[in-house]
Amino acid sequence: MGYVAIADRDHEIEHHDPQTFISKYVWSQDHKVIAIQYGCTAIFVGLIALCLSAMMRLQLGFPDSFSFINPENYYQFVTMHGMIMVIYLLTALFLGGFGNYLIPLMVGSRDMVFPYLNMLSYWVYLLSVIILLISFFVPGGATGAGWTLYPPQAIMAGTPGTEWGIILMLASLGVFIVAFTMGGLNYITTVLQARCRGMTLMRMPLSVWGIFIATILGLLAFPALLVSAIMMLFDKTLHTSFFMPAISSAGMDPGYTGGSPILFQHLFWFFGHPEVYIVALPAFGIVSDLLSTHARKNIFGYRMMVWAIIAIGGLSFIVWAHHMYVSGMNPYFGFFFATTTLIIAVPTAIKVYNWVLTLWEGNIHLRVPMLFSIGFIFTFLHGGLTGLFLGNVTIDLPLSDTYFVVAHFHMVMGVSPILVVFGAIYHWWPKITGKMYNETLGKWHFWMTFLGTYAIYLPMHYLGFQGVPRRYFAMGNTDFLPASAQDLNAAITVSALFVAAAQILFFVNVIWSLKKGPKADPNPWDATSLEWQTPDTPPKHGNWGHDLPTCHRWAYDYSVPGYADDFIPQNVPPDIAPVGRDHEEDH
Amino acid sequence: MPLAVVLILLVVGSVVFHLLSPWTFTELASNWGLIDFTIDVTFWVTGTVFVLVNLFLAYCIIKFRYKKGARATYEPENKKLETWLTAITAVGVAAMLAPGLFVWASFVNVPEDAIEVEAVGQQWHWTFRYPGDDGKFGEVDAERITDENPFGMDPDDPNGQDDILVYSAEAHVPLDTPVKFLLRSKDVLHDFAVAQFRVKMDLVPGMETFLWLTPTKLGRFEILCEELCGIAHHTMRGAVVVDEPEDYASWIAKQSTWAQDSMKAAGNAQVGAAQFAVCAACHGQQGEGMQALNAPKLAGQSSWYLKRQLQNYKSGTRGAHADDVFGKQMAPMAATLVNDAAIDNVIAHIETLPDNPAPSTVAGDVGNGEKLYRVCSYCHGADGQGIRAMNAPRAAGMSDWYLARQLENFREGIRGSHLSDYYGFQMGLMASVARDEKAINDLVAYINTL
Amino acid sequence: MEIGLIVLATMLAALLGWILRQSFNTQPWVAEVTPDADHQAPFNAGPKLVALTTLLAVITSFFALILSAYSLRMDLGDWVPLTEPQLLWVNTGALVLASATLQWTRNKAMRRDASSLVPGLLLTGLLTVGFLVGQLIAWQQLTATGHYLTSNPSAAFFYLLTGLHGLHILGGLYVWARATTKAMGGDNDAVRQSVELCTIYWHFLLLVWLVLFGLMIST
Repeated sequence: MGYVAIADRDHEIEHHDPQTFISKYVWSQDHKVIAIQYGCTAIFVGLIALCLSAMMRLQLGFPDSFSFINPENYYQFVTMHGMIMVIYLLTALFLGGFGNYLIPLMVGSRDMVFPYLNMLSYWVYLLSVIILLISFFVPGGATGAGWTLYPPQAIMAGTPGTEWGIILMLASLGVFIVAFTMGGLNYITTVLQARCRGMTLMRMPLSVWGIFIATILGLLAFPALLVSAIMMLFDKTLHTSFFMPAISSAGMDPGYTGGSPILFQHLFWFFGHPEVYIVALPAFGIVSDLLSTHARKNIFGYRMMVWAIIAIGGLSFIVWAHHMYVSGMNPYFGFFFATTTLIIAVPTAIKVYNWVLTLWEGNIHLRVPMLFSIGFIFTFLHGGLTGLFLGNVTIDLPLSDTYFVVAHFHMVMGVSPILVVFGAIYHWWPKITGKMYNETLGKWHFWMTFLGTYAIYLPMHYLGFQGVPRRYFAMGNTDFLPASAQDLNAAITVSALFVAAAQILFFVNVIWSLKKGPKADPNPWDATSLEWQTPDTPPKHGNWGHDLPTCHRWAYDYSVPGYADDFIPQNVPPDIAPVGRDHEEDH
Repeated sequence: MPLAVVLILLVVGSVVFHLLSPWTFTELASNWGLIDFTIDVTFWVTGTVFVLVNLFLAYCIIKFRYKKGARATYEPENKKLETWLTAITAVGVAAMLAPGLFVWASFVNVPEDAIEVEAVGQQWHWTFRYPGDDGKFGEVDAERITDENPFGMDPDDPNGQDDILVYSAEAHVPLDTPVKFLLRSKDVLHDFAVAQFRVKMDLVPGMETFLWLTPTKLGRFEILCEELCGIAHHTMRGAVVVDEPEDYASWIAKQSTWAQDSMKAAGNAQVGAAQFAVCAACHGQQGEGMQALNAPKLAGQSSWYLKRQLQNYKSGTRGAHADDVFGKQMAPMAATLVNDAAIDNVIAHIETLPDNPAPSTVAGDVGNGEKLYRVCSYCHGADGQGIRAMNAPRAAGMSDWYLARQLENFREGIRGSHLSDYYGFQMGLMASVARDEKAINDLVAYINTL
Repeated sequence: MEIGLIVLATMLAALLGWILRQSFNTQPWVAEVTPDADHQAPFNAGPKLVALTTLLAVITSFFALILSAYSLRMDLGDWVPLTEPQLLWVNTGALVLASATLQWTRNKAMRRDASSLVPGLLLTGLLTVGFLVGQLIAWQQLTATGHYLTSNPSAAFFYLLTGLHGLHILGGLYVWARATTKAMGGDNDAVRQSVELCTIYWHFLLLVWLVLFGLMIST
């Protein structure tokens, strides 16, 4: 049935092929254009968030040196940096960007199942970004409540941006969730319904698996954020007491009674923890494909990898309170959540082992995407291991709310996914644009980013050990910190500015490639998955020309014994794959 | 190849950094050595994994890097290997989890003989409450909180009468005795954290949380708020002072109970008038202040603030810094007020003096001052009127040249650097808003318009 | 949070079971000469039905989480049970009837009985709008007796839950209006799937309402 429905639409799509510039690039319903729109918008807000982090680092490294940073806007920078990076950059880029580009191409579909809804999804996302950015310019400025937006503080005087900033923040999140849901319905339906003939679930590339499961997590977890945003908006504007207890703020009674701030935290982290995996799972999937392709070897333990993705996704819903060990919730919860949290380390570790084992006895091409992928293994391993400290309830006592936490989550869901983002952009760049990038610039970009970020975050863990709290505008004089802690902070700031500056190389490369880059081969990496087998590069609207592809094999037939080439595309049937000299050695 | 070398160097470098770095845990000052032990176990397990996996990764990159004509092995999966790796990982995880859960169990169960101290957080201060002789805390309620009753005590609750309310940000506890800190917040989330004690817990308005520990070292340990609580989050500090049990007992004995506090007689303005004669020599008969003598206006200033400053001068918390020229003049003057009653009397007299706005002597860019003042307004109020609940004195209508000098003193650490001057410490951090003379003038010029 | 967890666990388990069936005992690395065409859908359904099912899962998660919040908030000291207006029973009746008439319309439409399509749809719409109007009147009755949004969390939750449920109904009415317009234009074939999907959505919202209503009157 599903098959027929899509086949029916073949005709329709070619018929409606857009003609004008506006319908082709602005109000486009082509998943590839929408993906690029998503990607560019996400990277644009990401750059704003990067600037915000540079300002924060300037203050932390060199306190009292910059008159344009005061405690008020510092906390606004902290908040907006976190929120933009997590939601508006990473979530939007992985699902709206890579999800949109890769799903239809990788499963052999002409487009998303609902192209109009897909277009709408992008424009609603853009609206949420605009609302977010407007909040910088309203009276009182953007909210400075920290990206976790904990009440009562998020809506009480004493925090910057309680006039309008927090309202716009919550509204923007609501709009984003609507956009995400529109996109998510498309991704799910496309994966379930629009796969080409022969593309069984277990033949899908891991990128699709990662994005698919992450979308499911998002669809089920974002409602928790929506619920908490709506209820907080009620508390803020209509003076209900869902989350607001009776308090005395600055000597005044704001009139709230009996609510529970902890309730908000439960709802927030019920979304917040799966959110980590909404970002991580697509990265896991993509990096698996990159490693396999550039190592010319099948991904090791594919089935285990799929099951690990599913297991991590499922477990991510029962670990949320590990963000709340010291929140004042019932302390007995700690036993349960510490156990589930450490259990999640097992499937995650399996993924790391399998990535490394994929390289074993491979034939490794250290091209730019591969460098980023291996960089990812290193940083992700590091961030995952420090997660074992924080997930273990006892160790969380000294370390929570310190720089150790900041270092940990930046390592695991900042640096690591961003390395994958860059790796993926370099990897698919020839397909997306039809041009090659500059390998040397790409390598410089990798080295500066990879080494620079490690120089930021490794020492930061040690500030956390000493007890330096996060979200501090300045430490002032304290008797438990040696003066050298400030020197370390200054060094971290220098590294951070270095990394931020290094990103210029990426944009230089993009511009150079678009203007002067050599024309790309349709399949420059000799990759097997379907997106490399399109008749046109970049693929045209409708992706596949006249006939949809048929999938005969998984996406990891690299270096199969008995075949001359070291790769067999997914759409090549077994009987016509060229047989080479290796064949004899098998006997 | 360079990648493999770099990975090996990063692994070696990380291990060396870990072993040699001077930045590590502060010296433990409580019974929670088991937490450090759990961390050590975790370090060994995770460190081993970190080193092994990365060295293996580097090895693969060297050994299996692209060679023309070479061909990768085809091996979809290896059940045996995967099972083994899963099993070993599970064992490693269990090895870390077990001590963690064990220690958490002892954290959750407070020893029976622990003494109780209540730490109360608010934006951006700490105060403390001790249960008094009956060992029971009186009822408190956020809705009862006023300037006169900052803890929200219930006047009808007999258990509360002998409660000891500590208005400074310093709690005293005895050495080697289990202490259960009951945590309560008046307004937003805060977090009670002392690095040397290892344990921390959030303060949640509307409910009571706790943590416990046994202090094992004498000394003063800084409390930091570690849950973002607003714009001055980073200035919310306090201290736990660990005393020998006998010193602790004598400290407790010196504190007054809530009942005593509330029965204290108000200051006598007439008696105070006589004592004010000494002050009037510099501050003027009407407390209007004299710039020539570097004496600021007193009339109209909040009396709780004047009292605190007089006490600070007396105790050497203020006016003891070598560069605080005028503070050093004031300190011996404050010493002429023999006790708290004398201070109350003088202040009662100052309250009767006419409050005429001090003349403007500082000029600056009012527009820029307004921008700078935003940060100040969180505590001192949008009109610079001062907010008692925030421990922030009045700024508007007072001697502007004095404000300017104090801002500079705070910024330079001439005022507010004494360990017990918690409010001065806050101003020290916040005064960085006005970084130079021009900024200070702009700010004060704006305050003059309020 | 138990409610949210149980509901989510059920949905995830269903998904997991399906994936398991698809993947158990397959050897993905074995290539296939002539792949099977009919393998992809979790059930024999068009993409719109799959999307609707997914959307219903999202809405289920949304309401389950609010109900989790409801049950957690209820346990705190200041909760005073609300006496819901009796009118809600009438509203519930209207929604049940709307669901029933839509089901009847759908059955007729499936049997290509074009004559009942428009009247059936209009009746459904009328009953559904009646439900919404009834809910608004119930709000009025509550405010008239002094139960405002801010008076007690039980009242706040009442307004929140009924409001959010009403918004979902409004969303359904938008699709209903489009289908009805098309049906009036005589385009019955195109309408058939819309009616089918609307029916599922109506039953679902009825179920949500029964759960919400049941919970609110019992607490």
